[in-house]
Amino acid sequence: MEFLKNKVGKIVFHATFIILSFIMIYPFIWAITSSFKTTAQLYNGNPFDIMPNPFTVYNYQRAMEMLPILRFVLNSLILSTFVPILQIVIASMAAYSFARLEFKGKNIVFLLLLSTLMIPGHVTLIPNFIIMRVLHWIDRYVALIIPPLVNGQNIFNIFFMRQYFLSIPKDLDDAAIIDGCSRFKVFSSILMPNAKPALATIAIFSFTSKWNEFLWPMIVMNSYEKMPIQVGLSYLKVAASTNRGELLAGSVIAIIPTIIVFLSFQKYFIKTVVNTGLGGQ
Amino acid sequence: MSLLINAKPAHNTKSRTRKRMARQEAITGWIFILPVLIGFFVFTVFSVIYSSIISFTEWDLLTPQVFVGIKNYVKIFKDERFWQVLYNTAYFVIGLVPSVLVVSMLLAIALNGKVNKLTNFYKISFYMPCITSTIAVSAVWLWVFNPTNGMINTLLYAIGFTNVPQWLQSTTWAKPALIIMRVWQVCGRYMLMFLAGLQTIPATLYEAAEVDGAKAWKKFRYITLPMLSNTTFFITIMLIIESFNIFESVYVMTEGRPAGSTNTLLYYIYYNGFQAYRMGYASALAWIMFVMLFVLTFIQFRIRSKKELSMF
Repeated sequence: MEFLKNKVGKIVFHATFIILSFIMIYPFIWAITSSFKTTAQLYNGNPFDIMPNPFTVYNYQRAMEMLPILRFVLNSLILSTFVPILQIVIASMAAYSFARLEFKGKNIVFLLLLSTLMIPGHVTLIPNFIIMRVLHWIDRYVALIIPPLVNGQNIFNIFFMRQYFLSIPKDLDDAAIIDGCSRFKVFSSILMPNAKPALATIAIFSFTSKWNEFLWPMIVMNSYEKMPIQVGLSYLKVAASTNRGELLAGSVIAIIPTIIVFLSFQKYFIKTVVNTGLGGQ
Repeated sequence: MSLLINAKPAHNTKSRTRKRMARQEAITGWIFILPVLIGFFVFTVFSVIYSSIISFTEWDLLTPQVFVGIKNYVKIFKDERFWQVLYNTAYFVIGLVPSVLVVSMLLAIALNGKVNKLTNFYKISFYMPCITSTIAVSAVWLWVFNPTNGMINTLLYAIGFTNVPQWLQSTTWAKPALIIMRVWQVCGRYMLMFLAGLQTIPATLYEAAEVDGAKAWKKFRYITLPMLSNTTFFITIMLIIESFNIFESVYVMTEGRPAGSTNTLLYYIYYNGFQAYRMGYASALAWIMFVMLFVLTFIQFRIRSKKELSMF
């Protein structure tokens, strides 16, 4: 009896979760296959009739004719690779200083930096936009590179890296300093190589959050050839207002890279969220 | 130089080198945090001060800034749109926070302790919407909510409904639609956080309760819920902030329509600042939003510390 009850419970559990998982991923599956549907099928067909019939790449063709989608993708790829690298360098340097070096005022500075996390981004949105205008950084990549180095996300990275550095035994760097290593050398060839797991975690989260970033790039970038994909997509929405098939094709292009990164590093993603709660957007 | 130092008595040398090393360490320390510090002063400290100054002015970026005192703040309180936006935000907080809390907690409890290929697949599929861009996902959900052949309405027709909601086109259903979409998008992340919280509950507590003959509900009520209170508290604060910050889905799916029923605070700030070019007004709005969030968070901390005190 108990055995049977367990078995039924198990079946109910898995059946429920398979349905729920299906609800979670069906919009993605639908979007990918439907982006190959004709306009007629998209507007009149049944949304659970998953296969495109007939199959067409018209939506992608039209989207790319309307706007330089591939250019958007390229911009986003470059930005979401290099900005995180810079963020990591800046954040781990500061983290090293906070974790290992002694100097007056260290704790106050650290607390001040952490207080940035309390200030929501929308308060600094307008003044930062005006700073960009004054510096003539509007519509230049530098506006997407420099301000993110000290945004809340990177301040969190400092905190995260500091915790990680504190978990590495200090004897390692003491020994190196006695051997005549400079502090920079200790940082670059002892602490950084030992912090690889933490660095990887930050890198994959930063990649996805950079790839998905929207509000700031939308405000500071105006010309198509410099826009990241999410901003381009919002322009595509306006351009394709009469036919949403193109927008769907664009959305699939904007979704696929993060899904690939996620599926290849899913263990990292899930472990990190479970262990640290990191991964807020 | 080294000869000179060597000529001095030993203890003096030591303290001097130590001093020199300490100074060197301090200099290195400051150099390492310098890039962050400069950025912090420009993009946070200066920005926050500058933002409050702008909020006391009228400025469209083209003509010179005019100082107007608290006029913007007075205007906000007389602005009907602002009260509507505030109502919408309250609606989102009340709709989104409890539903995400309940859904993600239930999912986490159901998945807790089960580790195999299938449960891993569930976790992956629940987390997937969190890492994909809200802009792109919203563009897809435009189709999900399509009144004629969207997924939801097709299902509703199939089970016999004839009077289906018009979702994003309807003033009553647009907000619930956005909430449904957000619950779908974020519940995976909070589920994982609850899972993390559940893992810290010692199994011995449950074992002891079982010995005492406690049923599942009692175990949930007297062990799981109290032991999760830290996680729940933290997630509640994050969700409230998130409800205030709903922007991208509104930008793509409704632009605040129909009749302003999905206009959110952040969208209204964006609209005033970057579409109507009312920098002063938008900054004042941003400050009001900040103060509201701050007060809400503060109240929660107070309630919590009182609760903790009353437990003893």
